[in-house]
Amino acid sequence: MKPPSIRSISRACLLALGTLIINPAASHAQPDTLRVVMQTGLRLMDPIMTTAYISRDHGYMIYDTLLGLDSKFQVRPQMADWTTSEDGLVYTFTLRDGLKWNDGSPVTSEDCIASIRRWAEVDGTGGPLMTLVDEMKPLNEKSFEIKLTQPTELILEGLSKLGARPLFIMPKKVAETPASEAITDYTGSGPYRFVNEEFQPGIKAVYEKNPDYIPRDEPADWTAGGKVVGVERVEWVTMPDQMTAVNALANGEVDYIQQLPYDLIPLLKDNPDVTVKVLDHLGSWTYFTMNPRQPPFNNKLLRQAALAAVAQKDILDAMVGNPEYSKPCAAIMGCGTVNGDETGKEWIVEADKEKAKALMAEAGYNNEPVVILHPTDIALFSTQPVVIGEALRSVGFNVQLKTMDWQSAVSNLTNDKGPDEGGWSIFITGASIAIAKDPFGNSMLATDGKAVTRPNVPEILDLRMQYAKAPNAEARKAITVEIQNKAMEEVAAGPLGQFQVPAAFSNKWTGFLEAPVTVFWNVRKAAD
Amino acid sequence: MLLFYVLRRILAALPVMVLVAIIVFAALRLTPNDPATIMAGEDATEAQLEAIRVSMGLDQSILVQLGTWLQRLATGDLGVSLISGAPVLDLIGDRIGPTIALSTSSFLFTMMVAIPLGVLASRKPGHLVDRALMGLSTLGLSLPVFVIGYVLMYAFAISFRWLPVQGYEPLSSGFWAHAQRLIMPSLALSGAYIALVARMTRSSIIEVKGEDYIRTARAKGATETAILIRHALRNAAIPIVTVVGAGVASLITGVVVTESVFNLPGLGRLVVEAVLARDYPVIQALILLFSFIYILVNLIVDILYTVFDPRIRY
Repeated sequence: MKPPSIRSISRACLLALGTLIINPAASHAQPDTLRVVMQTGLRLMDPIMTTAYISRDHGYMIYDTLLGLDSKFQVRPQMADWTTSEDGLVYTFTLRDGLKWNDGSPVTSEDCIASIRRWAEVDGTGGPLMTLVDEMKPLNEKSFEIKLTQPTELILEGLSKLGARPLFIMPKKVAETPASEAITDYTGSGPYRFVNEEFQPGIKAVYEKNPDYIPRDEPADWTAGGKVVGVERVEWVTMPDQMTAVNALANGEVDYIQQLPYDLIPLLKDNPDVTVKVLDHLGSWTYFTMNPRQPPFNNKLLRQAALAAVAQKDILDAMVGNPEYSKPCAAIMGCGTVNGDETGKEWIVEADKEKAKALMAEAGYNNEPVVILHPTDIALFSTQPVVIGEALRSVGFNVQLKTMDWQSAVSNLTNDKGPDEGGWSIFITGASIAIAKDPFGNSMLATDGKAVTRPNVPEILDLRMQYAKAPNAEARKAITVEIQNKAMEEVAAGPLGQFQVPAAFSNKWTGFLEAPVTVFWNVRKAAD
Repeated sequence: MLLFYVLRRILAALPVMVLVAIIVFAALRLTPNDPATIMAGEDATEAQLEAIRVSMGLDQSILVQLGTWLQRLATGDLGVSLISGAPVLDLIGDRIGPTIALSTSSFLFTMMVAIPLGVLASRKPGHLVDRALMGLSTLGLSLPVFVIGYVLMYAFAISFRWLPVQGYEPLSSGFWAHAQRLIMPSLALSGAYIALVARMTRSSIIEVKGEDYIRTARAKGATETAILIRHALRNAAIPIVTVVGAGVASLITGVVVTESVFNLPGLGRLVVEAVLARDYPVIQALILLFSFIYILVNLIVDILYTVFDPRIRY
């Protein structure tokens, strides 16, 4: 047999190399792996200690929740079902069969009680709920009881809440960590298992299907129903450059982008292999908060003047630039929700500059500086300060923009000095409507004066507790209107409009759940 | 003698590094930033923030924090990240691979391209080839890395689909899986570096070619190639090595844009993430590492001087 010539060996090598080059993913592709680009890197893995959405999304991967909430805002059983005593004072929760921790041990009622206690230590709904709880006690391994001092819907709403800081059930030994300390044990009982060995903080988090997880039988609906896992492995990767993420999705290197920036939508919209879709139909709201402890906004008339000066359309045009993904809304608890009320719409949504000027005159505004914190590294919050600044200048405020990165702006909030001594006057942020929709989840309504971003308005706190104790839906609705009125009178926060951020995903996959939180159960290969 | 010199330089570097560490520590603590707000979010109450500060030891005085950190540092303990809780040494260990791979490939590519280009341009200064190459080098110096990166990405990843857009695979995943993800980042990163080294090579050789010993070599009948390699290039090496050394240090410590555009999880990104998150232990460790790299590279450059010019003695 004739030995192969150097030329034929070279040709074979080139062909092999060419195959690899033309199919760049071939060398590293793993079957049944969903590769996801999250909006930021996962670093803090304690979804109770922090309200960061990325930590919450991590929580939904590895933990289960006691109760679920469906798309009709109905509380549903998830880990546990419940019964209520006739007087509405005693709730008995019973865990369903087959719930196990990753180490194989069963989930017990003591785990649930310890988790509720830790969550309530820091949560905006959990804290007020605990003031209405007489006692929590285990009845046996699988059942526990919560006795209330008076009937309240808050118990089910709180235990099923989604948005920031949901009640994730952790093992008792983990849940006994003070809420001010980050947990270091990531044992869960949820649909996925965290692969600690492959974790690179800020870069990559890997989850594998939890083989012990038994989903409920009902269809998945938000956080209610069966969390059926159709993927063996999910990899969260962080890409600091969204353009790279879009190119990677177009090239088949990743499968899902959690938040597609508005200016990059045209690059994927017509791609037949990719779907661009809003999964969180409730969306988010953007709002500004004014420093209630320092002049000029320690005067509520000037807070009203600032709110009256800004037109939401201008904000949304600059921020989103596409009416398909944004809408004006005056409700502090969000439009499209049961509690959303738009009282005051006429001066909150549209700019009423004459009203603003009149309020400034009435308040005796004396040209005190207004310092607007202007973070430039988060696209979603970088345009509002400029538009608000211009609107306030147009009615006569003495405005200065303080440009910095987002984390510096957040750190700056704790500076309690006046705006001319390094302090601040206006801070712009946003939150999910899933959080804002109820008076306890909405942090802007926790007007106890304990956080620097919120004024001290005891009347709103009273209204919230009335809401918690209200006997029926009609009574609650009436209270939410009162809350809206009071919140706008005090300008607890200035609504700037609502927006939706679309996700983008490869058509090789299907079943991405339409929900206000990002979850990866129900997802499966499209061909399946 | 050389060994003694190296040891002396390393020992002399230690107080510099300690000083750098203390300055960085003080600068970080004196800036009005608060990792607790980053962890708890903007809605946290003052009580919640204070509890987190206590759990992280940030409620103690700066001097106590500095003492604790230096004490740990002396035992080789760089501490843990305030945000993720991961040991800083592990974080650096995870991230140093991509940075070294990218720096090495960029360095090798630069050397393979820049020196021949510089030599070629120096052969006939002012002629077409020289003007064209120097024009290209000006372009290389002027174009930002991200522009080159996106152009390469569009051409080779999106249009031709020859290479992956982004990511990093360690060498253990296979040579090609590793190498194919470094091709575009290395090309993008090398642009300015090639331009700099090529220009320096050209000007150094042109300067050396005017020296008497080159004229003597030519009079003795030596070929132009022999003159270039044996006499001109070696004598022109000192400024080239200086530029290359500074470039190597900046390749390792300043590749954040390239790492971001091509999603390489290297040290550059770690620095930016740590600074944005006010993750003090990580920032401090990285500044120490970078100062050590600069000192090491300068030392290597100084030693290389003695190789290229035996008259230099330490």
